Amino acid sequence: MTPWGHGAARPPLWLLAELTYRCPLHCAFCSNPVDYARHEAELDTASWRRVLAEARALGAVQLGFSGGEPLLRDDLEELVAHARGLGFYTNLITSGVGLTGTRARALKAAGLDHVQLSFQDSTREMNDFLSHTKTFELKRRVARLIKDQGWPMVMNVVIHRMNIDHIDRIIGMADEMGAEYLELANTQYYSWAFQNRDALLPTRAQLQHAEAVADSWRAKLGERMRIFFVAPDYHEGKAKKCVNGWGSMFLTVAPDGTALPCHTAKMLPGLSFPNVRDHSVREIWFDSEGFNRYRGTGWMKEPCSSCEHREEDLGGCRCQAYLLAHDPTVADPVCVKSPHHGLVVEAVERAEAGVAVATEHPLVFRDPKNSRKLSAQSS
Amino acid sequence: MITPGANPRMSALYRLQFESTQDSWVLLYPEGMVRLNAPAAEILQRCDGRRTVAKIVAELEIAFAQTPLHDDVVAFLSLALQRGWLQEAQP
Repeated sequence: MTPWGHGAARPPLWLLAELTYRCPLHCAFCSNPVDYARHEAELDTASWRRVLAEARALGAVQLGFSGGEPLLRDDLEELVAHARGLGFYTNLITSGVGLTGTRARALKAAGLDHVQLSFQDSTREMNDFLSHTKTFELKRRVARLIKDQGWPMVMNVVIHRMNIDHIDRIIGMADEMGAEYLELANTQYYSWAFQNRDALLPTRAQLQHAEAVADSWRAKLGERMRIFFVAPDYHEGKAKKCVNGWGSMFLTVAPDGTALPCHTAKMLPGLSFPNVRDHSVREIWFDSEGFNRYRGTGWMKEPCSSCEHREEDLGGCRCQAYLLAHDPTVADPVCVKSPHHGLVVEAVERAEAGVAVATEHPLVFRDPKNSRKLSAQSS
Repeated sequence: MITPGANPRMSALYRLQFESTQDSWVLLYPEGMVRLNAPAAEILQRCDGRRTVAKIVAELEIAFAQTPLHDDVVAFLSLALQRGWLQEAQP
């Protein structure tokens, strides 16, 4: 027994508070659910305050305010102040749209610790095309605001076929703007990115080039800016330990109060997830079916259950198993040992062959109209 | 290597905090955490930009009734400086 008295489960360390699915951007690789437009009302301020207090009491210490665009909530400053008072390290994960000088100062006064700013590319044209908005100049201004407040800045750029060849300029831009960390996050193919996978999946040669460029910048910049290159699992043949293990560290609360082991888990069939409107965070984390189903290794089937790597990758990602093999209980198909691995190989080969150009399959931009269309298809 | 006259302090990127659920001191930074062992926590708590390295060593030697600690403390401070946890205060 652990000191918490609940078998092997340890308390959460990370709370991702998805305050809203509303967003001024329409990114073609957004990780919000494709049916976000039909989701219910957002939690109110009092409910969020309670969720923060309960998660903190349980042991969560890192807190991400995310979305959608969290700046669209006008109670963000109040929630940051509350969270900071509870002892959370507060991270704002934002597109920057809505961050004025006034709000930046108010968030600083509230105790916000750090801002992660997303960029879609290094050029105005590509940034605006990929986010389907005109935001590039605004983001440059926001980057300056962040530095002016003395916040550490993580710049996050989602990498894919259409921007991966600009990686040298992307890193140069991040350095010029004074980012302490740069996350070059290869697209993970869920939600909107899965809809647009053929247009977004890079070739192996593109990836190798990008990694070499990132390596040479690392050597040049040293400690000034840390560069994280998040490799895409489709090309690796190796499953990732998704969210560091189901119900092991991460707790996501969606805008409507649904508690999830990861922000995309709601797509999984045959599994209900509790809502913070009905249950305490403690009950949700330790006792709910949703958080216990894929915890540890007990749920595994072959080839995972006897695999020597089962503790390292915990069978990979349940959402990816469901999306690709239509069964959330099988091995993640990105693993070479998965009987469904051929599906991944086929997608990578299509990317190599350069099939599916944007003219044949136009990008599906994230917006309410497309969301309602995709909801109707799935139900 | 850090010098005995330096006044190290926590870098703005990091926050030092005691976590009762983990029963340990941690360093918090953007989207991450380092759990500290007891000696590391004792040293970092004294890095306030005013105490010199020599003073930190002297305090620890008294607090733990153990000498000499100079080499261990300097080795840790140098590592912490290199990792960016600490910066040297401007004199």
